[in-house]
Amino acid sequence: MGHDVNEKLTGDFYTKHFAPALSEDGDTLILNIGPQHPATHGVLRVVVELDGEYIRKSEPVLGYIHRMHEQMGEVKTYPQYLPNMGRVDYLHALAWNWAYVGAVEKLMGITVPPRAEYIRVITCELNRISSHLLWWGAYLLDLGGFTPILYGFADRERILDILQIVTGSRLTYCYFRFGGVVTDVTDEFIALTRQFCRDFTQRLPMYRDLVTGNMILRGRCEDIGVLSPEMARRYGATGPVLRGSGVAYDVRRFEPYSVYDRLAFDIPTGQAGDAMDRYEVRMAEMAQSVRIIEQALEALPAGDVVSPDLPERVIPPKGEIYFAVEGARGKIGVYLLSDGTAKPYRLKLRSPSFSNLSLFAELAQGTLLADAISIMGSLDLVIPEIDR
Amino acid sequence: MIAQLTAWLMHPLGHMIAALAAIMAFVGVNGLVLVYMERKVAGFIQRRPGPYEVGPQGLLQPVADAGKLISKQLATPEGADRLMFWAAPILSMAPVVICFLPIPFSPLLTGMDVNLGLLLILAFSGLNSLALCLAGWGSNNKYSLLGAARAVAQAVAYEIPLLLSVLAVAFQTGSLNLSVIAQEQTRGLLSWNVFTHPLAFFIFFVASVAETNRSPFDLPEAESELTAGFHTEYSGMGFGLFFLAEYSYMVIVCAVATALFLGGWDGPVLPGIWWFLAKVFGLIFVMMWFRWTFPRVRFDQLLNICWKWLIPLGLLNLVVTALMIKLVR
Repeated sequence: MGHDVNEKLTGDFYTKHFAPALSEDGDTLILNIGPQHPATHGVLRVVVELDGEYIRKSEPVLGYIHRMHEQMGEVKTYPQYLPNMGRVDYLHALAWNWAYVGAVEKLMGITVPPRAEYIRVITCELNRISSHLLWWGAYLLDLGGFTPILYGFADRERILDILQIVTGSRLTYCYFRFGGVVTDVTDEFIALTRQFCRDFTQRLPMYRDLVTGNMILRGRCEDIGVLSPEMARRYGATGPVLRGSGVAYDVRRFEPYSVYDRLAFDIPTGQAGDAMDRYEVRMAEMAQSVRIIEQALEALPAGDVVSPDLPERVIPPKGEIYFAVEGARGKIGVYLLSDGTAKPYRLKLRSPSFSNLSLFAELAQGTLLADAISIMGSLDLVIPEIDR
Repeated sequence: MIAQLTAWLMHPLGHMIAALAAIMAFVGVNGLVLVYMERKVAGFIQRRPGPYEVGPQGLLQPVADAGKLISKQLATPEGADRLMFWAAPILSMAPVVICFLPIPFSPLLTGMDVNLGLLLILAFSGLNSLALCLAGWGSNNKYSLLGAARAVAQAVAYEIPLLLSVLAVAFQTGSLNLSVIAQEQTRGLLSWNVFTHPLAFFIFFVASVAETNRSPFDLPEAESELTAGFHTEYSGMGFGLFFLAEYSYMVIVCAVATALFLGGWDGPVLPGIWWFLAKVFGLIFVMMWFRWTFPRVRFDQLLNICWKWLIPLGLLNLVVTALMIKLVR
């Protein structure tokens, strides 16, 4: 035949690196979930050692969609780097926008006009709902329910239409600028957002009746992937994953930025820390986001949308700064080290999905393959954000 | 000429050959109808139109799908067992034809009036799990292997409640001939077995959804876990045959359910065949409804439903039926 079939099938470096750790009875199977697999929702690869359908050991392999965002930050000027932020986490692009412009503003001491702050809150929360809706549909898809994603997309589509009016794009937004936002919101935007909030408040109970209460769904989520608060802290988990474990940590509340301290909202938390709790937390967060948007629309002041006393060129002084915002997946952090030139000396992006993925290996140990898929879905991973 | 043909058709062998040809045609056309129906039902449940571009109302969509499948290259994966790999889809499809033979579409329209018709169907439909096992083993793919293991465990577990529920009806009628069982139920709506054996009907229907690997019990091909399970490596008509077999088994189990529980061809005004088909497609619609509504159960949950609920309930139903028959007669 010219080649040894078995030689070819033993796999690459990662599979081989995995092999010495194989159990001694030798009755296990190494399975590569990904990099192309329907349940990873992107190019993530997880090497698992299977004993029957039970997972003995698993290890995520990253880097398939690494685009060197941090390096690009060092070679581009501050404004040139703005469009990159919409592409780190394409589902909650505005939060990344915000983390980056927020860091630069903090370093340069730029004050953002109040109207711009409120617009940022409204658009960012709308974006959070759209991100959670997509997660919801995709998670149900992981569990074998095909229909919810189309219901979720119907609502998400309305959000995308609304955001398109002001941002001009539908997915990879580049809307925030240093000292404000690029365009003012229109009356049409406000009217549509109000209408959406009213409708969506009625859609959420429908989702609960149709999907959340389903016996099969509960069987697939309850007591699956129980994450203790201690373990969540150990891995640096944030966002709904941490809150599902009962830790009420939310950057918007505990490190308040912008006008979040003026808006009333609850921080939903779970008790057991299982997949169902993470699910419930995200569903409750959508309702809270609607609450925030409604308040922000009421309080929206008149005025500039971009700071009038902006310097001509954005060149921050020497120094370092860290700025964090609450993204749909958790704490988004930007650490910026400036040497006083037009380009950052170092730009570090803290992505929540990376921390949340790290705990997958421990959480999936000893579970069934189907449960591991459910756990992975409940972590709400966005693969480009992991690799950055 | 006509007389000759009729005489030939009256001969058991001629009758069977004609029936087999008719069944093949029915299976083929039925595949097209069900593909269209599945996509339209899915569209309806998901609030979208479904196919409507190819042909009027998208009616030619299944033809286009079939054309695509037929014209695709048949690839054999490296390291696969060629014989097993290609025997599997054929072995999955072939028993379908035999399973259709004893089904009474109307009092006169039966492929072959066998005394053990029910047993014939159950025996030959059991071959399907062997085909899935061969496909999974022969593919040289780990996902296929896992899918095959699931398929076998599932088929073995769910054949028991299926048989138990069928037995209850057979006890009452005293026959395994589907025509006889259907004939028994033509004495008005209340003589339908679904009213006398509601539990058996429920068990039969749940078990048959599992036997045909339909959602929420579609674990052998669970695409979010096993990409496509046992048919991961199949392309073109290799996949097409599995697909066609799945739809044909759906028709078979729904037809058996109709004959056993829903009065067969019984119904007013229209000829029996239309009533029979209407009931079959009604049941198929319910199966599609399941698929587009429910998430998938986990494997241990699937077996729990079977061993902890369906089999004890099936046994109970059987014992109660036997007692009732003993007391009444």
